[in-house]
Amino acid sequence: MRVFDPYAIYSLWLREMIRFFRLKSRVVGSIAPPFFFLTFLGTGFSGMAARVPAGVDYINYLAPGIIGMTLLFSSTFAGMSVLWDREFGFLREIMVAPVTRLSIVLGRTAGGVTQAVLQGIIILIPGIAMGVRIKGLTGLILSVALMVLISATFIGVGLAFASRMKDMSGFGMIMNFMIFPVFLLSGALFPVQNLPEPVRILSYIDPLTYGVDALRGCLVGANSFPIVMDTILLTGCCAATMAIGAYMFETSDID
Amino acid sequence: MEHAIETRGLVKRFDGLVAVDDVNLSVRRGEIFGLLGPNGAGKSTIIKMLTTMLRPTEGEAYVWGHHIVRERDAVRSCIGVVFQDPSVDGKLTARENLDFHGRMYGMPGAERKRRIEEVLELVELSDKADVLLEEFSGGMRRRLEIARGLMHRPHVLFLDEPTLGLDTQTRRYIWDYIRDLNEEDVTVVITTHYMEEADNLCNRVAIIDHGRIVALDTPTSLKSMIGTDTLTLEVRDGLERLRDVLLGLEWVRSFDASNGYVRLSVDSAQSRIPEVVLAACRAGVRIKSVSVHEPTLEDVFLRYTGRSMRDETGKGDLVRALMRR
Repeated sequence: MRVFDPYAIYSLWLREMIRFFRLKSRVVGSIAPPFFFLTFLGTGFSGMAARVPAGVDYINYLAPGIIGMTLLFSSTFAGMSVLWDREFGFLREIMVAPVTRLSIVLGRTAGGVTQAVLQGIIILIPGIAMGVRIKGLTGLILSVALMVLISATFIGVGLAFASRMKDMSGFGMIMNFMIFPVFLLSGALFPVQNLPEPVRILSYIDPLTYGVDALRGCLVGANSFPIVMDTILLTGCCAATMAIGAYMFETSDID
Repeated sequence: MEHAIETRGLVKRFDGLVAVDDVNLSVRRGEIFGLLGPNGAGKSTIIKMLTTMLRPTEGEAYVWGHHIVRERDAVRSCIGVVFQDPSVDGKLTARENLDFHGRMYGMPGAERKRRIEEVLELVELSDKADVLLEEFSGGMRRRLEIARGLMHRPHVLFLDEPTLGLDTQTRRYIWDYIRDLNEEDVTVVITTHYMEEADNLCNRVAIIDHGRIVALDTPTSLKSMIGTDTLTLEVRDGLERLRDVLLGLEWVRSFDASNGYVRLSVDSAQSRIPEVVLAACRAGVRIKSVSVHEPTLEDVFLRYTGRSMRDETGKGDLVRALMRR
């Protein structure tokens, strides 16, 4: 048996895809919040232009941030979906199969990334309708690659949390104390430079800060850090969280 | 390798609590082997260790010649498991669930398709192939899980309480499937706390209590250790006269009277009822009722543990199942 089993990875990916497209309400449910954020914040704040870099419309500034938010939520949930599988017993079916744990992690990640990136791209459509001006095709392609990195980063985080939780009762805690701070401190809605010094430090250790900044650079050309630096930091975070997530999943109790 | 499964001194402790205590057993190839015991006796823990879901605290075990800790992946590829709790994806159809399973076990496309039809046919679910699992009843779901457990042609199939909570009719169906499998040369290990399940289905049964095997043999041999049938008579009066008459019959092995009930040890009790009633009439003793009790695995359990299995569980369906047939 191979450590890396493409057939099993494909099987796990396919399952996620079938579930994703079958659960229409979940697709709508995951697209609706970022859509509302984009529409209402984008139009509501547009006049106030919360000290965004000069020459950038607020909607252009906001749209990459909202894509980052979509990826953050969708990916963390995808990582935590191990909990659902444990609750409904399907995790046993996966774990008793002659497939290495690494292949299982890769299969889940592939499924989660595909879902999250699809959602990220979907949210771009109303953005464009509202006046987001995309720099070009290269920028668009690069931003899809960045979306994959951002998504994998938070799938790793979700997987790590889910591996140490017995049931879904800790879910609210993760939501309130992990996902929301990461989102609000990432500069998705306003430049992190506006934050007071002590809080800004938190922003700088938030992987999503670099993800959103790089997306902003690639999509609309409004980055505050060099894109290369963003990408390197993001790749490092992604490798770290995936490794931690995979390790914790591998060492978690099956039963 | 002669045996499908072999365990040596298998022990599992949870925080100092002993769930499985020094279990030694060998399951022969091609047999239906039962682990019978009350809830919490350690049956499922044994299954979880043999299916690589749990690591034993002490001891070793081999499944199809593979060590359950050192060769987990080899063990996994030659077993099929039907878990006690549901383990299907309700958002997928029956076919999709089986398809997922086949891919995870590395079955190529054409073989997978053929085998899906085969196993669906076996459990009579061919017409439900494209229905979402969440719309299945408990019995249908369980049948699909059995089909899935067989899909990749395992050498050993583990069934953890396969008929728990199912109605009698469905239970009989599932027994039939399990017997059919056995003809396909699959070794079956089944846990149950239903006496008649172990009795009807298994070639050999291990009775488990508090994590220990207290008896292991064929159901027939186990029951014959208990001995003969019991005839119970409810009598109004004339106990003394009845005793004299009945003990005069050479096939009555023992006579035991208490609270207006007389218990006789006899062989083939059913056929002795007329003679007993006739003898009582001649002695002028009025009999209110007669009942026959043949030894069951329940009696075997009682003999070895000093307790009745139903004391342990107290579940309504269980009590019904344990009532004399």
